[in-house]
Amino acid sequence: MRPQVSLSGAHGSPTDRRLSALARHLADAHSAFSMDSQNANQTISPSPTAAFNGDSVFANVVRAPEDPILGVTVAYNKDTSPIKLNLGVGAYRTEEGKPLILNVVRRAEQMLVNDQSRVKEYLPIIGLADFNKLSAKLIFGADSPAIQENRVTTVQGLSGTGSLRVGAEFLAKHYHQRTIYIPQPTWGNHPKIFTIAGLSVKTYRYYDPSTRGLHFQGLLEDLGSAPTGAIVLLHACAHNPTGVDPTLEQWEQIRKLMRSKGLLPFFDSAYQGFASGSLDADAQAVRIFVADGGECLAAQSYAKNMGLYGERVGALSIVCRTADVASKVESQLKLVIRPMYSNPPIHGASIVATILKDRDMFHEWTIELKAMADRIITMRQKLFDALSSRGTPGDWSHIIKQIGMFTFTGLNTEQVAFMTKEYHIYMTSDGRISMAGLSSKTVPHLADAIHAAVTRIV
Amino acid sequence: MASRNIICRGILSKKSGFGIRSMSSWWGHVEPALKDPILGVTEAFLADPSPNKVNVGVGAYRDDNGKPVVLQCVREAERRIVGKQNMEYLPMGGNVKMVEETLKLAYGENSSLLKEKRIAAVQALSGTGACRLFADFQKRFKPDSEIYIPVPTWSNHHNIWRDAQVPQKTFHYYLPKTKGLDFESLMVDIENAPNGSFFLLHACAHNPTGVDPTEEQWREISHQLKVKGHFPFFDMAYQGFASGDPERDAKAIRIFLEDGHSIGCAQSYAKNMGLYGQRIGCLSVVCQDEKEAVAVKSQLQQIARPMYSNPPVHGAQIVPTILGDPDLKNLWLQEVKGMADRIIGMRTALKENLEKLGSSLSWQHITDQIGMFCYSGLTPEQVDRLTNEFHIYMTRNGRISMAGVTTGNVGYLANAIHEVTKSGSK
Repeated sequence: MRPQVSLSGAHGSPTDRRLSALARHLADAHSAFSMDSQNANQTISPSPTAAFNGDSVFANVVRAPEDPILGVTVAYNKDTSPIKLNLGVGAYRTEEGKPLILNVVRRAEQMLVNDQSRVKEYLPIIGLADFNKLSAKLIFGADSPAIQENRVTTVQGLSGTGSLRVGAEFLAKHYHQRTIYIPQPTWGNHPKIFTIAGLSVKTYRYYDPSTRGLHFQGLLEDLGSAPTGAIVLLHACAHNPTGVDPTLEQWEQIRKLMRSKGLLPFFDSAYQGFASGSLDADAQAVRIFVADGGECLAAQSYAKNMGLYGERVGALSIVCRTADVASKVESQLKLVIRPMYSNPPIHGASIVATILKDRDMFHEWTIELKAMADRIITMRQKLFDALSSRGTPGDWSHIIKQIGMFTFTGLNTEQVAFMTKEYHIYMTSDGRISMAGLSSKTVPHLADAIHAAVTRIV
Repeated sequence: MASRNIICRGILSKKSGFGIRSMSSWWGHVEPALKDPILGVTEAFLADPSPNKVNVGVGAYRDDNGKPVVLQCVREAERRIVGKQNMEYLPMGGNVKMVEETLKLAYGENSSLLKEKRIAAVQALSGTGACRLFADFQKRFKPDSEIYIPVPTWSNHHNIWRDAQVPQKTFHYYLPKTKGLDFESLMVDIENAPNGSFFLLHACAHNPTGVDPTEEQWREISHQLKVKGHFPFFDMAYQGFASGDPERDAKAIRIFLEDGHSIGCAQSYAKNMGLYGQRIGCLSVVCQDEKEAVAVKSQLQQIARPMYSNPPVHGAQIVPTILGDPDLKNLWLQEVKGMADRIIGMRTALKENLEKLGSSLSWQHITDQIGMFCYSGLTPEQVDRLTNEFHIYMTRNGRISMAGVTTGNVGYLANAIHEVTKSGSK
């Protein structure tokens, strides 16, 4: 296949290289490649990384499409319109449309920076010990028997994404069932995380477009027909993207069904405290599962509820039957983490630990958290009222029934595209809007846009 | 709310018998994993109550009092940053300014590659994260390729490429007989590898041996790699730490670039900026043009997204704050040189101490080797004796982290090494 080429010297000059490239092009394309052992060191083999032939090893790499969620912000940033509105990424904004750093976080950070005795040493592979313990208590409850019996192993992870990924890799290596059921719809990054970890992804019915609520019957049927031992991804609260959560009674039914079929729960808790304003209330689903003595996984994120987004702070907990098993599981989690990033970043986790372990700071946090949740609930009400007063066709009560940062409006892709083009409103094409991106000032603009979209495009 | 609580308590109070397997756990079959050979050393050290204990295990810099160091330039940078910036998500590719400054360090401030925007680069989770991103990228876009790894190397290199499912081969590097480079065998291995193989090279201060090729040897390695059309991937975790001069420590990379190689490079600020636990690094891949660089970067981001979405913001802000300010950058250069010089001083002290003790062995390699580590030549059994009898902690391959050696403990260390190596001792 490759023509044989010789150079006049051991170090080919640029001229030599050009000539040899030319010679290669002119040579018979099918001449067999052979290395003449006598002048082997004068024979250059045309190959992908040889600079002179101009091809790159990665010439076949095509440009990847923009991430559908993060790409919204990219498009928004490019828009020059003064009335543009970013309702894409789920990052909290104040009434003034600004990012928010919680006061208690600022205080904690300042304390850390001022503390001259602090160093930037490597954390252990599984992260900051205090942080791990406190995170487990936060989600499972301080009095959780599972914690008291040392049956929980918790590792610090790179926010929710990283915690899910580490859990998924662990499952792919050590769990006998390689199928995970994810709700339809779910956060766009979920299927990517599980697939790349080596799990096979299936879906279960979750959202019912006709009611804009939970498709409970479908959920029970689909989980009921899952193979024994299958993994099931559950959003602990404030389902993303729909904002539709099961009631506590429904959770109990889900729990019973899953335990009877030996299905393994894998919770994604990215909004604890953000959904209802209460940390404990938002953890109830997780806690009823742990209370029955069974095993589960739980990924936590502090991106939203502590506003630590870019610091990448999260945790993965695995609740096991016995302390002995938990200890072995922890040792295996280290083997997943070490070749991925060795050990997690120290800064954000230190902030969280500082806050969680101090009574006053913890209390201050709960107040600021509730304020964020309340502002979002207020925005929901305002948007609902604005659409009602415009007489916008359709039932919009789901706006106030759904919970958490997002509303699944029910708008279709054409309507979304229309709103972006005509009203400079940026959201994901599935109709999901981030309520956190709204303010009293911008609600009317959004209501106008929705009204126009719904009346002009069907 | 009240009714919700009542229901909750009702659910929580009964241990539901619905299908709970009272027998066994899903994870009963999970074996306890072996401790990481490097990080496990520090764990053991911390657990040792002896007042004489010495930790020359993990490669984290210590000052002459054996204390971890936060660089002054870093403290100042943090003072400037904290309270000023928000904590919003970085883009998937990380902090753009940080990446720009980092590329200048590796490729040279006036590199034409930078001007022509031919380098695809993303912020990564320190050196580990950069290597892992590349390994995953290599697997995805060159699925039939193999990685050639030097013997020995940092143990985590094997884990990284294994988890990325890239088949590994090795190439000769260290020659125990000379405690130096096995240059001949290295060159033979390069020649024998199938054309277009991927080679992992330590840009400077080889870990764990401290043995680096000379400039001449690098030129020959570069040429031979080109002849074979191999892909050079540099892991540069110690730029500045080897000689004290970051420009000098990038010499190998610059030679390869002059030769027209399109390299890949992992950079870490863990040691040279002391940012260890912040996990700050960069992965770069040289491409044939800007268009390809854009494509490659986008694909690297696709690999990052299901791993951690976007990289940490705090440490990344520190880097351009320092490197973008001439005064802070100068301070950094001084501090890096200070760290490197202290290590060089400790090498000399350790060797002299051993000679003074009358050791009949040659300890020339202690000062010949470069960077944070000394490959002492001690056997695992001798290392065990050092730990058990003298409370000296190092990895069992005999690697000594010189950064852990101080004027306070060098005598004790020399004495212990002499004890376990003198003839007649097991």
